[in-house]
Amino acid sequence: MAIWQILHNLFFDYTLRTVALGASALGVVSGALGAYALLRRQSLLGDAISHAALPGVVLAFLITRSKIPLALMIGAGLAGWLATLWMMSIIKNTRIKEDSALGLVLSVFFGFGLMLLTFTQRLPDARQAGLDHFLFGQAAALLVSDVISMMALGGLALLLLGLFWKEFKLLSFDQDFGASLGFPMGVLNGILTTLLVIAIVIGLQAVGVVLMSAMVVAPAAAARQWTNRLGVMVLLSSIFGAAAGVSGAVISSTAGGLSTGPTVVLCASAIVLFSLLLAPNRGLLWNWMRQQRNRRRLGMELVLLDLYHMAGQHEDPEHAHSLAALRAVNPGNAGVPASLRALERRGLARQQAPGMWQLTAEGRMEAERLSREQATP
Amino acid sequence: MSIFQFEIQITVAVTAVACALLGTFLVLRRTAMMSDAISHTVLLGIVIGFFIFKDLTSPFLIVGAAMVGVLTVSLAALLERTRLVKEDASIGLAYPVLFSIAVILISRYAGDVHLDTDAVLVGEPAFIPFERFYLFGYDIGPRGFYLMGGILLIDLGFILFLYKELKLSTFDAGLAAALGFAPLLMHYALMSLVSVTVVGAFDIVGSILVVALMVAPPAAAYLLTDHLPRMLGLSALLGAGCAISGYWLAHFLDASIAGSIAAMTGIVFVLVFLLAPERGLLALARRRARQRWEFAQTMLVMHLLNHEGLPEAPQESRIAHLREHMRWDDTFAAGVLRRCLAQGLISQDRDSLALTESGRQRAQQAFLDE
Repeated sequence: MAIWQILHNLFFDYTLRTVALGASALGVVSGALGAYALLRRQSLLGDAISHAALPGVVLAFLITRSKIPLALMIGAGLAGWLATLWMMSIIKNTRIKEDSALGLVLSVFFGFGLMLLTFTQRLPDARQAGLDHFLFGQAAALLVSDVISMMALGGLALLLLGLFWKEFKLLSFDQDFGASLGFPMGVLNGILTTLLVIAIVIGLQAVGVVLMSAMVVAPAAAARQWTNRLGVMVLLSSIFGAAAGVSGAVISSTAGGLSTGPTVVLCASAIVLFSLLLAPNRGLLWNWMRQQRNRRRLGMELVLLDLYHMAGQHEDPEHAHSLAALRAVNPGNAGVPASLRALERRGLARQQAPGMWQLTAEGRMEAERLSREQATP
Repeated sequence: MSIFQFEIQITVAVTAVACALLGTFLVLRRTAMMSDAISHTVLLGIVIGFFIFKDLTSPFLIVGAAMVGVLTVSLAALLERTRLVKEDASIGLAYPVLFSIAVILISRYAGDVHLDTDAVLVGEPAFIPFERFYLFGYDIGPRGFYLMGGILLIDLGFILFLYKELKLSTFDAGLAAALGFAPLLMHYALMSLVSVTVVGAFDIVGSILVVALMVAPPAAAYLLTDHLPRMLGLSALLGAGCAISGYWLAHFLDASIAGSIAAMTGIVFVLVFLLAPERGLLALARRRARQRWEFAQTMLVMHLLNHEGLPEAPQESRIAHLREHMRWDDTFAAGVLRRCLAQGLISQDRDSLALTESGRQRAQQAFLDE
């Protein structure tokens, strides 16, 4: 019933529909571009760009004296782009490393934006009200026209991403190889960075500068765990971004007092956590299970070999050995009984009397095979 | 200048020095972005501390916030250690989560207290004089000044007391570990201090300005010197200078003090970035230009030496020949020629060139160097 209600609201409640559409649009675009940022180890670039966009927003307002979303987004984009250029120039021309350059550009641009913003707020012009929504985002205040500009710009970014698919793949994985094939890697780098700027700029109004960076990193980091193929990763990352957007919008509208931006980010983080734990092959849980299995197998083989060697010291190869003796030759291994039971299940050893174990014929063959393997590594 | 203005300036200056000193190590250790992460997440510590102690001025808030700062660092380290995400992504994943939780807690449970998210990011140093510090009932100055002064003393004590350990673990973590100096412990100790400093400072100047004060002055100082004590002193000086000049910039523009100080750190950095005597862009460009001319001069004298005394020498030594042989255009060739003549490397007889003694030496030296 409750789910039915939520679905109903999602389609027919004007505010929720707009917010969910906006959040999913930004999730798709930032997810797709974030995948490249993650692969190129530029995850924090998103953080810097989103903070650096603030002075662009305020300057765009000061010049146009209006809050047309497109104008503000262009201002934000130009500022973000300029910040990226400056940062790259610092890294290229001085010994200052990437982290310092990022922190520097981020805080200086943001501070400059703040200065402009407070300066603007003291102008006798009421139209500036609401510019500060860019700090934290105001998803609930999204209008259909905002969502349309978001979708138009985002669609353009995705289109370019598709057009330059092969080139961007080269750029992300083997830049030198691309350059040797004659591709203009510098230009491509500029285009890809511009697309990332677009992805960030369209989300600013919805989730704000602080949390926008998470929307670049989180869906991509989650998608990375599920696949090793670029195409699948970009697709998954977009889907995760959209899912985080929609679920965040729905949760924040159903549970009162939850701001949309942080809720969307928490949803994206939950997807990351789920992926880190459960993604096949890479997931921590599978990893742990694989380790346990290996440990059990190793322990079992050790006990099998012990039984074999101990039997070799007797005339009677069927001679049974006590559990205590097996424990004594294997002091570090606490799992001797478990290993013995596993051997019994496989028909490699049997319990002759309680606590007395001997190898079966198959067990002896298996042990001979193992010791041959160990002798010829 | 009123007493209020003086109080604001001295407080932001002390804050700037405290940030710049620790920031020097962050910049050198390539962990500058940790200051960004911590400056956002300490909000969570403050919110939780506020829920427990119901008092925004409680010193336990600082302890709680510092603990969350360390938690942020550990969370990022934990994520990185899974080897499923890289270092940059682990920071980018860890801090938005904690920050989001803090924002949600505030908007849901602390709506009517003086604790809003704007104030955290933005900060307003203009309010410094309104919170007083009382000793035995006497008003002895703004609370912020004593808070940041205390934190500055702690930072200074830490740096002086553990200077050798810090230096070693910053420049050669491997050697520090081999000598038993526990670089990981130093890392966490430094991060705890960064958290404490951020908590103290963000109440005064806001979290983004904290990042600006921690990164920009040390980065500028890094371009000016190779000497750690000098770098520490320079960043402290630059930080304090930015704080005071930023205050006056805000005063004249009637804008946010925090924003103006951050903008000021940016201006100072740009100036250093362009004009630093050895590492600035201008010095770099001039050095490249000089090297280009020097290289061309060496090429010319080597060319002349190669053919000196041989039958083809008159042909090879003509000025017009440079154009096709060296692939120089006329203006560049004229420039090289002018410089060579001025330095007495070659002599010119109408359109034919000959080496002087010093030119011959330079060419021979260049052959030897090869």
